[in-house]
Amino acid sequence: MASPLTKSDVARIARLAHLELTDDEQALFTKQLAQILTYAERLQEVDTAGVSATWHPGAEVGPLRPDTPRPSLATDDALANAPAPGPRGLFRVPKVIG
Amino acid sequence: MMDRDWTVAELRDAVASGDSTARDLCEQFLERIDAVDPQLNAFTVVLEDAARARADDIDRHRDEWRDRPLLGVPITVKDVICTRGTPTTGASRILAGFCPPYDATVVKRLHDAGAVMLGKTNCDEFAMGSSTEHSAYEPTRNPWATDRIPGGSSGGAAAAVAARLAPVSIASDTGGSIRQPAAFCGIVGLKPTYGRVSRYGLLAFASSLDQIGPMTLTVADTATVFRVIAGKDPCDATSVSYDTPDPSTFLPGHADGARVGVPRVVLEGIDDHVRRAFDAALNILAQRGATIHDIELPHIEYGIPVYYLVAPAEASSNLARYDGVRYGFRATLDADRATLQTMYERTRDEGFGAEVKRRIMLGTYALSAGYYDAYYVQAQRVRSLIKADYDHAFQNVDAIATPTTPTPAFRIGEHLDDPLAMYLGDIFTVSANLTGLPAISVPAGFTSTRLPVGLQLMSRAFDEATLFRLADAYEQDAPWWRESPPIET
Repeated sequence: MASPLTKSDVARIARLAHLELTDDEQALFTKQLAQILTYAERLQEVDTAGVSATWHPGAEVGPLRPDTPRPSLATDDALANAPAPGPRGLFRVPKVIG
Repeated sequence: MMDRDWTVAELRDAVASGDSTARDLCEQFLERIDAVDPQLNAFTVVLEDAARARADDIDRHRDEWRDRPLLGVPITVKDVICTRGTPTTGASRILAGFCPPYDATVVKRLHDAGAVMLGKTNCDEFAMGSSTEHSAYEPTRNPWATDRIPGGSSGGAAAAVAARLAPVSIASDTGGSIRQPAAFCGIVGLKPTYGRVSRYGLLAFASSLDQIGPMTLTVADTATVFRVIAGKDPCDATSVSYDTPDPSTFLPGHADGARVGVPRVVLEGIDDHVRRAFDAALNILAQRGATIHDIELPHIEYGIPVYYLVAPAEASSNLARYDGVRYGFRATLDADRATLQTMYERTRDEGFGAEVKRRIMLGTYALSAGYYDAYYVQAQRVRSLIKADYDHAFQNVDAIATPTTPTPAFRIGEHLDDPLAMYLGDIFTVSANLTGLPAISVPAGFTSTRLPVGLQLMSRAFDEATLFRLADAYEQDAPWWRESPPIET
């Protein structure tokens, strides 16, 4: 199974998760995540051949509703909480295209 | 101050009959919050003005609304549940200042039932934690011992009810977040069957596990509030349309002929005081006519590792939405060097606390290429085996009893640097979420140092009635809820 987690694994995961971790956080998480994953290793001892996965415990799977148009959130309400609302119903973000 | 032994039914009836008014109740609870909450920090926000206005509105419509099941009853709402125009932070810095443009369905239902919302309660950030120490708003303290945690993640909700700051708290339970703090604070807490209660407006943590439920002083009160919030909601595709039974059909409860299963093996190694309280509770159930049966749940020990892979995996996906674009906090960046990527990454690093980041990292790892099958899929397969264990057990018993937690409330800071030790305390609660089954925690007495202990009962899917019936039968002979914590005002 997986080898103990290295700091570069943690850096890679942080990039995937869009988290800019500090050096201290990287060091701490390397240690703590390795501990937790080592504990989770015990799942490997369970024989699950032929066992299907339970993705959710829902009773009614994929219920359908009539495809009827309904009012949705008004633009002003949707923008009201934006940290940087832009003009014309847009959210402002840093420049993406140079 | 009013008599501390009130129930929801008594408060409601007092308002409906005119013996009291919604405004009067509201003032009494607000006064007590004002006097007590500085010692506990159970609330992230107290809504004095809105609560008073709402109470006055109820008093004006008393005759017309007389039949409403929570007429004038004050409630609190955990700060992971959206309340229109009222701050909803998830106890996270990343949602600082967020005022939802809509109410969660449960909030709407409680409102329609005549409830008066007093405020929002503190919790672990995005409901991730077992102690309420992982809140961006300082920890909540346990009313029974203020140097101890109240449990979590719904620690504020539990502390508020235990300290008589509100008769009802509404909270969420993803791995025990209602039941564990209920046990640690000496109150009743219900995790309904998955699908019973709409989650529309709940800040999503782990969507295959999350469920909203009530916390109150008594079993009957929990049953009353459950009936108000349960039911199909077109806004939540996982909610179901099954009938919610009327409490009068199963209360007052009895245990005659009930078959109660106990997984003895998993009780090894738990705290002695918890063990004694649990054995005493089983005796009471037996005296009331239940029969106790040893059962086996061979995969229950895998509940913790399954939970701590599945829940973080789902969380890492659900929390991707917090990126500083549409709501909440955005990190301040140097304008000429700011890129979209830096904005996302820095906002999330500054906005999330340590436990949330730990779980996002863990979940991202478990879902990443090369590890997905070994961790995530294997966990979901073992989850099927746990579910099969319960299905098998429920062929022979009506309910399964365990302590809610292996220990009483721990000290503030005790497990803060050791996340794994904190996780292991969830051994008895996570399987209800993994399987979707309903579970209730009821007060089962105290340790020798007066820390509350909880009894947990689980039943078949959509059979909350059995939980209420047995828990109420137990409570009649063990009315621990009448004892209130030693709080000075």
